[in-house]
Amino acid sequence: MNDIAASVSARAFRIGRRIFSRPRIDLPLAIALTILAAIGLTVLYSASNLDTGMLVGQAVRFLIGAVLLLAISRIPPNLLRAWTPWFYVLGVLLLVVVRVLGEGQGAHRWLDIGFFRFQPSELMKLAMPMMLAWYLHPRPLPPRWRDLAAAALMIALPAYLIFKQPDLGTALLVAASGLFVLFLAGLQWWKIGVALVGLAAAAPLALHFMHGYQRQRIVTFLHPENDPLGSGWHILQSMIAVGSGGIFGKGFNQGTQSKLEFLPEHTTDFIFAVLGEEFGLIGVLILLALYAFIVGRCLWIAVNARDTYSRLVAGAFALAFFVYAIVNGGMISGVLPVVGVPLPLVSYGGTSAITLLAGFGVVMSVHAHRKWTP
Amino acid sequence: MNTRGELPDERAKRARFGRRALAGFAIMLALVMVVAGRFVYLQVYEHAEYSTRAKANRVRLRHLPPPRGLIYDREGKLLADNVPAFRLDVVPDKVKHMSAMLQRLSAIVPLTADDIRRFKQSLKQHRSFDSVPLKFHLTESERDRFAVDQWQFPGVNITPYLTRNYPYGAEFAHVVGYVGRIDEKEQARLNPDLYAGTTHIGKTGLEKEYESLLHGTPGYEVVEVNADQRPLRVLQRVPAKPGKNLYLTIDERLQKATIAAFDGQTGAAVAIDPRNGDVLALVTVPSFDPNLFVNGISQADYSALLDNPEKPLLNRAIRGGYPPGSTVKPFLGLGGLELGLRTPDDTVLSTGTWYIPGSPPGARGYRDDTRYGAGRVDLMQAITRSVNTYFYSLAWKMGIGRLDAWMSKFGFGKPSGIDLPDETGGVLPSPEWKRETYHKPWYPGETVISGIGQGYWMVTPMQMAHALATLAGGGLSHTPHLLAATSDGLESPEIPYKQPPPVQITHAPADLEAVKQGMLGVVYNPLGTAYAAGIGKGFPYLIAGKTGTAERYSRTTNAYNTDKNLAYLASRHRAWFICYTPANHPQIAVAVALEHGAWGGSAAAPIARKMLDQWLADTPPSQRPPVQVTAGATPPATSAATTP
Repeated sequence: MNDIAASVSARAFRIGRRIFSRPRIDLPLAIALTILAAIGLTVLYSASNLDTGMLVGQAVRFLIGAVLLLAISRIPPNLLRAWTPWFYVLGVLLLVVVRVLGEGQGAHRWLDIGFFRFQPSELMKLAMPMMLAWYLHPRPLPPRWRDLAAAALMIALPAYLIFKQPDLGTALLVAASGLFVLFLAGLQWWKIGVALVGLAAAAPLALHFMHGYQRQRIVTFLHPENDPLGSGWHILQSMIAVGSGGIFGKGFNQGTQSKLEFLPEHTTDFIFAVLGEEFGLIGVLILLALYAFIVGRCLWIAVNARDTYSRLVAGAFALAFFVYAIVNGGMISGVLPVVGVPLPLVSYGGTSAITLLAGFGVVMSVHAHRKWTP
Repeated sequence: MNTRGELPDERAKRARFGRRALAGFAIMLALVMVVAGRFVYLQVYEHAEYSTRAKANRVRLRHLPPPRGLIYDREGKLLADNVPAFRLDVVPDKVKHMSAMLQRLSAIVPLTADDIRRFKQSLKQHRSFDSVPLKFHLTESERDRFAVDQWQFPGVNITPYLTRNYPYGAEFAHVVGYVGRIDEKEQARLNPDLYAGTTHIGKTGLEKEYESLLHGTPGYEVVEVNADQRPLRVLQRVPAKPGKNLYLTIDERLQKATIAAFDGQTGAAVAIDPRNGDVLALVTVPSFDPNLFVNGISQADYSALLDNPEKPLLNRAIRGGYPPGSTVKPFLGLGGLELGLRTPDDTVLSTGTWYIPGSPPGARGYRDDTRYGAGRVDLMQAITRSVNTYFYSLAWKMGIGRLDAWMSKFGFGKPSGIDLPDETGGVLPSPEWKRETYHKPWYPGETVISGIGQGYWMVTPMQMAHALATLAGGGLSHTPHLLAATSDGLESPEIPYKQPPPVQITHAPADLEAVKQGMLGVVYNPLGTAYAAGIGKGFPYLIAGKTGTAERYSRTTNAYNTDKNLAYLASRHRAWFICYTPANHPQIAVAVALEHGAWGGSAAAPIARKMLDQWLADTPPSQRPPVQVTAGATPPATSAATTP
């Protein structure tokens, strides 16, 4: 008996050593992610009105994500690169499947696969930068015109499928994560400038193709006071929650806006407002600093990566992660329109937390294998 | 070779990537600064504003209307009660399309045009986030139906409240009155702080008179609500102070017996305790159910009341003016003694017709009831037999000025001052009054007929009972009142009603005694006008009374009207009977008026007797004076002398 126990514990110790003793994962990034997850769970516990079930559910997701992170970090980037096209194709196929079979409130976004509901568009947030990095990896940089055209196709296909779900916010974010690859690949500034001007010019045209509710969101964003009980409610109540929090906040579990349900979606898209209300400006600045640190650290890892694929994937993922956070922060503080973007690693929700941690697994892999020659 | 063994191309790629990553990081930091700046703006500069709005979101002030005071009779019977009921309230802010909502709602809970009209009026009086009552007193099935479909009607709620209930219905409609919904005029003059959350107010009767006592002081609750406006907890609570309970002098048993005694005949009766002015009964027939008015009377019910020729809404006891007829004779007789114009033993010859002294032959004559007169009569006989001639000549001698001055001491011509709203003062005619009202001079003949309570003279039953109580109580005039005491609750001590001090209007016991003997004769002397009615029979105490039969129309010719058909007479006459008992220690004074009574003695006196019977049954022996006459119609010794 003792022998078996000893051998099991010795084995566990060896596994632990293999993960942590050799710096396969980046410790500062791991600590920052752990703090972020802890903050996320704390705010979620309060926002859910001390719902232990939700807390445990989210913690379990974080654990699954952490295991996935550690597992992916062991996979060398060249292997990941080899799998990338299949991963991308799988993502696109799932998007097609969700269009046919999916469920959701008026929009087809989720796939119900028994034990949990799965959002293929979340998968695409990771598959997109990987695919473009895979494509650009062997090619000369900055990308040539024909490479740009191919990249545009690779971006447009899933973005269109997500846009038609319809989920404009996620479509834009997925497209952005692909564009960040092009940006990091050294796309000339003048081309970026032309593209931005072109986008601005196309905006009215885009408005024309939008769904009624999407257009309404834009209008509401511009004039939230026009309809305080209707579509302006979300943004107004969110601003009231944040503003009433003040510098030091109302304290844990003391936020009246979320407790009394004036603040809608307070465990998911609007959880940042709960943090703003209960922990005040101090809490908000700590969270923003944490996000900035995580993104900065990922970029640093990318800069030190050993090949183009690694650099582009880690860098684009870092920028996309930042965009999720900043878009959510801008939304709940009323500087951006209401789009359904969760606050990364804080909002309650399965697919998002797990895919994000998987993405950090890729970053960790890039870090762990930085010194290896191909 | 560099340290990583990279190709030069690879090094260029790394350097380019490093620059781009730096650029990306710089852009990111700029965006973080923008968003952080936004949070600083919201959480530091706009903090006060948003704190206020967060508080406004969750804190609501709820008015707690005070429960209205209860009203009890002198025996503690509950005359006005508060019972739980339910109403539909609407918060206008939460309703998007009001007319469409009302239309859909009326399919579930019937809404009359009246309900909607009233609701639209009160919409204007309330702020848009306050509840506005839409329909009161929901039936159980209306409540159930609405509860099922409530989700379709955001902003419409069922609210429990206390509604007024009058368990005795029509019996006290003219005493207690009723409450009704506050209308625009009332809203304008009411103190909004005192009436916050209150929907009803006293409209008539004691409910109106003592509104300030009955209403109480509203309280309020500061409640925390969630986004659905559902109250979650009470942050602060100042309870409402209930209105004061009223204890009345009125006796439900006597009131009920009186109504029964009228047997549906139109008229009014008032009973007063001469010792203190307590009103024991105040009856008007016909009456109405005050409960109909509490939550808004239907148009059909209201029209039925208005169209009824007997006018059930008219409070005859305090607003019905009737010529007093012969009931004024005891008062006038007393005046003759007090003013020194007559002594009790002075006699007047009644021949059937009296003429103003010195009037030319062929002038108008003033009639006695009996064709050839009553012969020589003194004061007692004149009262007992209601001899007109005696009082024609007395009124003539007195003159209208002294007559009015004397009669007004008994309260004729002005409201009695009872604690009820809208009491009228009747008419005590005088030359000044006639000039002002009709712009005509006063004729001497009008002084003469004033002596028998005819002409323009109008008296309410309330005034009559008050005057009689004053006479019975030895000339001490108490202001009649219904309120005996108030209290803050069943456990609180009762605070007695503060009466104005009584006024002594005569100091001559001998004169009062002479008048009383005349009134005893009315009942016990075989020649007495009420003797035939036998109202003294079988009553243990002496009853002093006086009949009155007033003509509704003036005589047009000098000819005698010989039609003795009672129905015919009833259409022409108002019948009065006034009496008090026990004659030597009066405890109750009663005035009964019948609008269609043929004769005071035969029609009105039996009603009075039934009232006295009830009074006797209700008065415990310990509170009664010693019995002087046990039974039968044995005339007292004093009245034997008056028998011719």
